Amino acid sequence: MSQELIRLTNLVMEFDGERILDSINLYINDKEFLTLLGPSGCGKTTTLRVIGGFLTPTSGDVLFDGKRINDVPAYQRKINTVFQRYALFPHLDVYDNIAFGLRIAKLSEAEIDERVTEMLEIVSLKGFENRKVTSLSGGQQQRVAIARALVNRPKVLLLDEPLGALDLRLRKDMQNELKRIQQAMGITFIYVTHDQEEALTMSDTIVVMDKGKIQQIGKPEDIYNEPKNAFVADFIGESNILDGVMLEDYKVKFFGRVFSCVDKGFAPNEPVDVVIRPEDIDIVSADEGHLCGTVTSVTFKGVHYDTIVDFKGFKWLIQTTDFCPEGSHIGIRLNPEDIHIMHKSEYSGMFGDYSSYSAEYDEIADAEVTEDEE
Amino acid sequence: MRKVNRVFTALVFIFLYIPMIVLAVASFNKGTDIAVFSGFTFDQYKELFRDKHLLSLLGNSVIIAVLSSLVATVMGTAAALGIHSMRGRLRSAVMTMTNIPMTNPEIVTGVSMALLFAFVGILLRTNAVLGFWTLLIAHITFNLPYVILNVMPKLSQMDPDLTEAALDLGCTPVQAFFKVVLHEIMPGILSGALMAFTMSLDDFVISYFVTGSGFVTLPVEIYSYTKKPIQPKVYAMFTLIFITILLLMVVMNLMQARDKTKRKKAHGLQKEVGR
Repeated sequence: MSQELIRLTNLVMEFDGERILDSINLYINDKEFLTLLGPSGCGKTTTLRVIGGFLTPTSGDVLFDGKRINDVPAYQRKINTVFQRYALFPHLDVYDNIAFGLRIAKLSEAEIDERVTEMLEIVSLKGFENRKVTSLSGGQQQRVAIARALVNRPKVLLLDEPLGALDLRLRKDMQNELKRIQQAMGITFIYVTHDQEEALTMSDTIVVMDKGKIQQIGKPEDIYNEPKNAFVADFIGESNILDGVMLEDYKVKFFGRVFSCVDKGFAPNEPVDVVIRPEDIDIVSADEGHLCGTVTSVTFKGVHYDTIVDFKGFKWLIQTTDFCPEGSHIGIRLNPEDIHIMHKSEYSGMFGDYSSYSAEYDEIADAEVTEDEE
Repeated sequence: MRKVNRVFTALVFIFLYIPMIVLAVASFNKGTDIAVFSGFTFDQYKELFRDKHLLSLLGNSVIIAVLSSLVATVMGTAAALGIHSMRGRLRSAVMTMTNIPMTNPEIVTGVSMALLFAFVGILLRTNAVLGFWTLLIAHITFNLPYVILNVMPKLSQMDPDLTEAALDLGCTPVQAFFKVVLHEIMPGILSGALMAFTMSLDDFVISYFVTGSGFVTLPVEIYSYTKKPIQPKVYAMFTLIFITILLLMVVMNLMQARDKTKRKKAHGLQKEVGR
């Protein structure tokens, strides 16, 4: 693929003896859309701030184009940032906000004018030149923030949850917009978010982080289809995660039954985590199923029903368009490609059980992520 | 109950402002007896502007007030930036220490400063240390906390990302201060400077102890009038000073009100985008 632009080697960040980043190793290619994805406090914003030059790592190196830039201050890096709350300058109007970086660089007014005008067009804010930034809506402020950063033609744009404050509709529009701008301008984007859907939609590469460590790096499809551990499986989409034993290549045993699968390369009889995505499960009548269980709750979600099924005391989430009433006895079938096997990890047993599932599940999750991350 | 409240409020205002009204009326009185209003006249204002001595004292007061408030504003703003960058406990400890001089009785401050200056005078082997410079130093010192007190809240209200955004766009830290931070905290700096100016202009107690006979300010001079009959032209001057301060306060309040609505607007917007 393209050329490597940024590399983080053994990056460690500590605040007051607390380890925020734990040996981060990561390279980012030129013109890549890379997303740092993880829950609040996972270290994703800290990683971004280290790249931006606002934090100096405790140990480890930041390389830019092969050169070590640990001690290069933020204002000398060819990197610009779109801040979470935009951080527009309230005393300047839209035009002057966007022109700010160019004026610092002492460009001629003619060139500044040309570039600001071009940028206003790219972010669809023509005619807003002389508006006060405080009079703009959230989405418009967002665009000004993006224009203000991009007008400097940085090699890399850092975006810290830039869509977090927008409503759902606007967020979707801006996701497409950002992807379009990134491709049109051919700039590397490093994007921080806790929203897995956003990450899957926009990224070339996703870096899943938790507890200051990188859990998995990969393309969106790979991250979704082949999560490395229970944390990734649970954080990216919904997952049923069960204890199993890998008998031999392509054979896994769980719930007292042997299933064929597509995974290999595990030690014989190795205990493993088995991931089954809720949308991959086929519901059949009780006598035809590989496993039989009882429906304990059904929630209508629009596209599908979230159906919770009790299999011998372990509750699964199944997403299906077939309505199965509460209390009904159903069977399920699993195809080999529906089963994904993972090595045991520190996260085993922490995720993937829907026993405590409730209809408010999503709202609770939303409330959690609106907390500010530091 | 409401009626009682209103009457009470009215009474408070009457007691607060009646002395000033009496003074203003007296300044336009033709006769010299303040008990009898014997006709309206501008004579005392005319006489005031003919009195070079009194005007030069007023000039002294203004010079000290302008210089001390300017220096205190620059130093206080720098100090506020430093305090703001401190962490939690240290910051509140330092803030308490800057606040104490404001509540300290002026007479204590005045005497202790006089002692300090006398001590320095002995070290320098000179007798005439008290004068313009000691007065200026004293005024700067007691003005500093007022500036810090006015600038600090502006710094805390400011979005900390603004400084980073400026650095991100290529500003050196010094440029970031002058191009972004300064604009954000300007209302605080102005109200701090204005407060310092008025505090300095009317200070008597501290000035009395730290200045010599070579450089006298208006309040110090007027104190000596209490021993002899006050000339009516002094009423005229007080009336003018009162009006000036009144205007300054009105400007300051208007500025604060404007700043508040601006903040409210910005805050409302943030709330809106913060879902």
